[in-house]
Amino acid sequence: MVTLVPPQMAAKQIIAARVAKELKNGDVVNLGIGLPTMVPNYLPEGVNVILQSENGYVGLGPVTVEDPDLVNAGGQPAGVIPGAAFFDSGFSFELIRGGHVDVTVLGGLEVDEHGNIANWMVPGKMVPGMGGAMDLVTGAKKVIVAMEHCTKKGGSKILEQCTLPLTGKGVVDVIVTEIAVFRVTKEGLVLEELQEGVTLEEAKEKTEATFIVSPNLV
Amino acid sequence: MDKSITMEEVLSIFKDEMTIMVGGFMGVGTPETLVSAVDQSDVKDITLIANDTAFIETGVGPLVVNKKCKKVITSHIGTNPETGRQMIAGELDVELVPQGTLAERIRAGGSGLGGILTPTGVGTAVEEGKEKIKVDGREYLLEKPLRADVALLKAFKADKAGNLVYHSSARNFNPLMAMAADTVIVEVEHIVEVGEIAPDEVITPGILVDKIIVQGGNH
Repeated sequence: MVTLVPPQMAAKQIIAARVAKELKNGDVVNLGIGLPTMVPNYLPEGVNVILQSENGYVGLGPVTVEDPDLVNAGGQPAGVIPGAAFFDSGFSFELIRGGHVDVTVLGGLEVDEHGNIANWMVPGKMVPGMGGAMDLVTGAKKVIVAMEHCTKKGGSKILEQCTLPLTGKGVVDVIVTEIAVFRVTKEGLVLEELQEGVTLEEAKEKTEATFIVSPNLV
Repeated sequence: MDKSITMEEVLSIFKDEMTIMVGGFMGVGTPETLVSAVDQSDVKDITLIANDTAFIETGVGPLVVNKKCKKVITSHIGTNPETGRQMIAGELDVELVPQGTLAERIRAGGSGLGGILTPTGVGTAVEEGKEKIKVDGREYLLEKPLRADVALLKAFKADKAGNLVYHSSARNFNPLMAMAADTVIVEVEHIVEVGEIAPDEVITPGILVDKIIVQGGNH
């Protein structure tokens, strides 16, 4: 049977699957809402991570029993795995700011070559608020931005300089899109990997930021 | 000492222009009976402190929708479009605070601290108007304490002395807010006799709780 996947969904699956490869067995991971929640579906064999939910627990898992008090950070019904622990919001963010969360995966409206990220407001259009995002990008040991490479209008979301109000300054470590994987380093943004079927020319064409091409790709 | 009270007694506590903290995360762990009491009262111009403004019809959302608030201090308004609409129309003052900073400001308010130093928000719009302090080479923002006249909390279970036990992710901001208000009112699903909650189980000690009401208003 052939399953047809809409192109946007396919992009999200490609991104989630690649992000999953960044995670190590035993990592404590916080996943943002939307695309990042797909990441656990693609964890390689033998890699188990502990999911932290900023509304107050570690050990987030699939829904097993109906409990209206148990939701994920997007307010959706959630479950907990054996060994989970609940705590208050103060402790939850102590874990986040205190470097006890190994990885955070979140979406972005814009990211730039300096490791800046903007994902909490579009002045005059959309002001949802930052929620826990500013604490997560500041405190998590590794910040992975998982997002589609371009806006709906086709513009690059990886810029020389973010134009929207920042969520964090110089905080991003890795950017994963359906086109490529970039790492933010002291030397600048490095294109580390092209997704399957993507050419270097295409990645260059769709990326506004200046980047170094990893020697592995040349 | 039995701290349980009637809904009439609860209503007599609310006054215009009060600052009210309400526990919850997108309505989970929010005392719906108490929120609806405020909503149905004549109280106006309150300053609301809550993690988010929840939804149009649930959580603290109705307090915004029905224009009970003059100001909201919160981390997220995206799930309640009315908050954003009132903010843009200039009808409501909204102070957006990163969630971890909101938690720490409330903690500071309840624990006798003059503020906290956090790296969160450095280099963003959040730092505007705030003092930056360098400690051992790293920059932090001085974030000031938050307190309220009244805290409205939700717990799973209380004994009559106000010792509280929470359930799963409904704990969130409730224990922090129990420390940071002049009057602390908690809504519970179950109320039991003093001694029926083991001291090891207590998350919020009863000395912090002033009034208890059972969900739905009966007891």
